[in-house]
Amino acid sequence: MLNFILKRLGLAVLVALTVSAISFSLLFMAGDPAAALAGEQATDVDIEAIRRLYGFDRPMIVQYWEWLSRALQGDFGESYYFRLPVSDLIMERLSITMTLGVCGISFALLTAVPLGVVAAIRPNSLIDRFALFLSVMGQAMPSFWFGLMMIVVFSIQLNWLPPSGTKTWVHFIMPTIVLGYYAMPAIMRLTRAGMLDVLGSDYIRTARAKGAGEGRVLFKHALRNAIIPVVSLAAVQMGFMLGGSIVVESIFALHGAGYLAWESIGRNDLPTVQALILIFSMFYIVFTFLSDVLNAWLDPRIRVA
Amino acid sequence: MPGSIRVFGWLEMARTADTLLEDIQGPTPGQMLRKRIFGHQGLLFGVAVLGLLLLVAIFAPLLAPHDPYAQDLLARMQPPVFLGGSWEHPLGTDHLGRDYLSRLIYGARISLLIGGFAALISGLIGTAMGVAAGYFGGRVDMAVTFLINVRLAMPVVLVALAIVAVFGGSLQVVILVLGFLLWDRFAVVMRSSTLQVRSREYVTAAQAIGCSTSRVILSEIMPNIVNNLIVVVTLEMAHAILLEAALSFLGLGVQPPTPSWGLMVSEGKQMMLFEPWLVAIPGITLFVLVLAINLLGDGLRDVTAPENRS
Repeated sequence: MLNFILKRLGLAVLVALTVSAISFSLLFMAGDPAAALAGEQATDVDIEAIRRLYGFDRPMIVQYWEWLSRALQGDFGESYYFRLPVSDLIMERLSITMTLGVCGISFALLTAVPLGVVAAIRPNSLIDRFALFLSVMGQAMPSFWFGLMMIVVFSIQLNWLPPSGTKTWVHFIMPTIVLGYYAMPAIMRLTRAGMLDVLGSDYIRTARAKGAGEGRVLFKHALRNAIIPVVSLAAVQMGFMLGGSIVVESIFALHGAGYLAWESIGRNDLPTVQALILIFSMFYIVFTFLSDVLNAWLDPRIRVA
Repeated sequence: MPGSIRVFGWLEMARTADTLLEDIQGPTPGQMLRKRIFGHQGLLFGVAVLGLLLLVAIFAPLLAPHDPYAQDLLARMQPPVFLGGSWEHPLGTDHLGRDYLSRLIYGARISLLIGGFAALISGLIGTAMGVAAGYFGGRVDMAVTFLINVRLAMPVVLVALAIVAVFGGSLQVVILVLGFLLWDRFAVVMRSSTLQVRSREYVTAAQAIGCSTSRVILSEIMPNIVNNLIVVVTLEMAHAILLEAALSFLGLGVQPPTPSWGLMVSEGKQMMLFEPWLVAIPGITLFVLVLAINLLGDGLRDVTAPENRS
């Protein structure tokens, strides 16, 4: 087990380093950062001064190393736009994105898993078809459009829910549904397929034969095994959702980290964009690492492979 | 002993002659495939709708009643016919007085172009990586798996937005960015498909008679994994179309005045309070297109899956 964790941790660190190098190089892909900082009116002398001041004249590898070692200590430099430390800006906004992500994945799991289980218990029933219909719709629906349509119906027509803001939990209802619905189809399908597979297996027949109650068979024996792949999928989806919340946050004007990313890209605020790409990647890497370890702990067969 | 086997063989054949005849007269594999295809409603629906939208995109100049770029500031935001508008503009006009139906028709071109080319580029990259990883294994496999992990860790929307912001939002840039970002699923699926096929007898046989590596891969492995490839192509095409729409919606995809459906939703958003149809209509076409592609992909997977062949 320890061997598996160490190997997996090594991979996670390598991936994180590569991603950090890629997001760092974005700064130089965008052209001369000193010229961008100086603005359009600047003379060559000004640009040269800024280049010295920010250290852009040094070799790239030195700059990367410095950026990385500072980033590891939580210092992502100063935002070009706000002239404030990037880490402060992000910390301020991250709680909204995290709340949204947790609510979204909970909504997805709470709807998708029960639906998937019921659909697997009664294949081809009305509920099964309804679940399939929901997942087919969810996969084809553009989330930004779904969000806008919800605003049209529930905020403008019915006046039930606020269209934007973050003041109370009511403000999070529509964003949660939109973000969660994006993750739901895959989780539902995987739960259904896993349950169908498990319900046909020998140990379920044994459990039934020895007279275990149906509820016990379904939840204690079947769901416990079928849920393992769902856990890792949910971790992956959670990582995607935090990165994808940028769309939802822009629709509902939630001033979270995704919204900050969108604004910063528009403002050419590269230190902020770099930091956000790195942080969102880190979330993904940490979630998938934890889910892999959890899976290895639950299922010894994974540890060997 | 060989003789007795032969006698037994003849007896067997005589006994099974009737069933053999039935087998011969039964449906051929081709007939069975056709039956599976025409019995699959989702697949038929997907093919029909996608085919229709393809025709619309190809013949857009003939079908569009107006120039999609022509502004008429005296006829702004006219409602569609079903909301009391006139047949002059069947789906109304937008905030610059451009005919909505014509923009919608030309928008099909943008979505299909981006979806098709992005899936082509990412398919080439991902398939090459996945097949190489599955076939050669070892270090190649480790390298490819690592690259897949790196790619999955990067937030697609954010990275795509940042790159488009740097290089500008032309059609070509959006296609390239999506093509270079969406290869992960191709690589994952092609890798596992190749792994399954690699140790089959016909592959070993081809290697044994001295076929070159490229020949083994192209004429032994590829034909046997191309089913899975086609399914991933449809999935990624749908994915690319939705992502382009989202990027354009956020203002960092295809730039105005190009009639992208995502951009139309974004432009309609300003007037959403009074004219919700401006947002609803392009969203519905986007939904129908992606739905058709997904149903086609799901259908192809069902029809070609070996477990459905019995």
